[in-house]
Amino acid sequence: MTPPEDDAGAMLRETADRLLADLMTPQARARAIGEWPEDLWSALAEVGLPAAILPEAAGGFGVPVDAALSLLTIAGRHALPLPLADTMLAGLALARAGMEVPDGPLAVAQGSAMTLDAAGRTTGHAWGVPWGRHARAVVVLAEGRDGPVLVALPGDALTVEPGTTIAGDPSDAVRFAAVAAPGAPAPFGADELRAAGAATRALMIAGALAEVSAMTVRYAQERRQFGRAIGQFQAVQQNLAVLAGQAASATAAAGLAAEAVAAWGPGMLPAIAAAKVRAGEAAGQGASIAHQVHGAIGFTQEHRLHDFTRRLWAWRDEFGREAQWAQRLGRHLIAAGPDGLWPAITAA
Amino acid sequence: MSQFTFPSPPPSPEAEAFRAEIRAFLATELADRAPIDRAQSWNGLDPAFSRRLGERGWLGLTWPKIYGGHERSALERYVLLEELLAAGAPVGAHWIAERQSGPSLLRYGTEAQKAAILPRIAAGECFFCIGMSEPDSGSDLASVRTKAVREGDGWRVNGTKLWTTNATHCHSMILFCRTAPVDREHRHAGTSQFIVDLTLPGITIRPVRNLVGEHHFNEVVFEDVLLPEDALLGREGEGWAQVTGELAYERSGPERFLSSFWLLVELVRALQPAADARAEIALGRLGAQLVTLRRMSRSVAGLLQAGADPALEAAMVKDLGALVEQEIPEVARDLMAEGPPTPQSRAFAEVLAYTTLHAPSFSLRGGTREILRGIIARGLGLR
Repeated sequence: MTPPEDDAGAMLRETADRLLADLMTPQARARAIGEWPEDLWSALAEVGLPAAILPEAAGGFGVPVDAALSLLTIAGRHALPLPLADTMLAGLALARAGMEVPDGPLAVAQGSAMTLDAAGRTTGHAWGVPWGRHARAVVVLAEGRDGPVLVALPGDALTVEPGTTIAGDPSDAVRFAAVAAPGAPAPFGADELRAAGAATRALMIAGALAEVSAMTVRYAQERRQFGRAIGQFQAVQQNLAVLAGQAASATAAAGLAAEAVAAWGPGMLPAIAAAKVRAGEAAGQGASIAHQVHGAIGFTQEHRLHDFTRRLWAWRDEFGREAQWAQRLGRHLIAAGPDGLWPAITAA
Repeated sequence: MSQFTFPSPPPSPEAEAFRAEIRAFLATELADRAPIDRAQSWNGLDPAFSRRLGERGWLGLTWPKIYGGHERSALERYVLLEELLAAGAPVGAHWIAERQSGPSLLRYGTEAQKAAILPRIAAGECFFCIGMSEPDSGSDLASVRTKAVREGDGWRVNGTKLWTTNATHCHSMILFCRTAPVDREHRHAGTSQFIVDLTLPGITIRPVRNLVGEHHFNEVVFEDVLLPEDALLGREGEGWAQVTGELAYERSGPERFLSSFWLLVELVRALQPAADARAEIALGRLGAQLVTLRRMSRSVAGLLQAGADPALEAAMVKDLGALVEQEIPEVARDLMAEGPPTPQSRAFAEVLAYTTLHAPSFSLRGGTREILRGIIARGLGLR
């Protein structure tokens, strides 16, 4: 656990916030659709954001993992159309396995039937790989003869079938056949890796929803109908209060998720399950109110609201929807039994 | 726009060590309590249990030792409260005195008032009720009409308080009333708080039964009740500021999301040994809500401990907490099919009925949903 105001995390967030405020102009955002904005990524890499989560020996800043992860709330706040979360996640996984972390954008691919043959070559396929087509390396957990092996597949060894998320960000299917790539026995299972991925989405949802709440309040104060700002109507105020409550809940869930990733291990699952469920629900309910308050203008391409709401809808799906994580958590709580229910809640 | 902050709850190894001690105590203390009694949460009344907590030094945990307190941290007190509530302990007798009246006395009381009352609260021997609402003043507290008029060395009180929980079991009330006529420009001015001994002549307490027929509420009528000079709590005319200052304590605690918790325990029991996917998902959703709310509530406890004024964050915890408390009985009834009664299903059915019947109050007491959302909207800069 980190102290309430960890300096390292606060400094990172401020740096990232200033940088992204400068970088993420409407033009830059438009350009990022469909092409890889190398200049934007380089600007992030130059200040070390993608590597911030790594141990110092691997090129990181040596800040606690949860402080580094808090960067992702800033990514969410700017609806960042770049794979910062995925690169951090892949880097963290590789570092935990004692592997070298390649430079450039990375991704973690989840899939089925990914196997490692006797010659150390990996075969399989995966889908929904964020920015898969641009990844310098795609990290997979392949089934080897002696257990799971973490493999960093070079991007140019993959066959990519491009796709997009509901937000329009790349989300690709990738195939790989007998690819020789660096690997190491994984000190964790697919569940932990997926949970860490879910945690990154909870963090981005929290940042995006806080921004959506703030911009929706501003809009309600500016937009006038019936001779007054719509934010003066109690019906609108009550909805905005609910939106703020959802944003606050997502923030709490994100903190829970970040601390659970920092404490990596089987114990991280219930906490991250709770966080992904709660953040996902907040994303849905919050986006709905934001659109209601913004009215027709918020439904246009011209308005920036959809940069956020479309990503909220994408992120709540990625690395497991609410129902999937709720079932995991529910099973855990029911297995704890009537006497173990409360201890299971306080332990999460 | 104001920012809401929910910082990471501060770690407290002492509090976690204390948790184990509390769980061990409650396991034996509550072993024989029936599910339906445990489901009463902080409505459950047992003065003897309150005294046993007092004997253990578990009331007034954070108060100075000179007033019978124990000078432990707010985080340890938080753990104690959540463990008591999660276990369905009958904390109702001392609840208001310990949560609200004691802290108000500590903050605004005179030396003599503190010395006379606080040690008795900490011993579990003095219980308080809250005299705020009136027949025509619910959410609009500034409209109270009960009046205290100076007379000689004291005050003469006339008026009626309503919805006064447990008044018949309490020794004292903290009364909120007018001490000056209404000033239309400053409608919150001219109110004060008094510590009222409920045995004084002129006080009549009448039960008001709730929709179940239970007697928790009361009407408390003041007819020419003479209060001594030293009954005044804090400063004359400062009643509003004093009352609103308590609200962060009142609105952010674990009692704001655990009121239905025992039903969840019985639901898990009833779902044993195997639950289907629908039940798992529903349980997981509720669990996720509780885990997140608990973090938010602990975060507010940390802010309070650090001397901040998290009134808005507290309003959010209460608003969100009541939603979950009210959702639990709806989910529980949806998951359990009706069937021939067994001893286990009977306990579940009783607790479900109890919780369903009490759920409407969860978003009324201590600030209605609409009032809380209004407070949040004000915090957002909308009013």
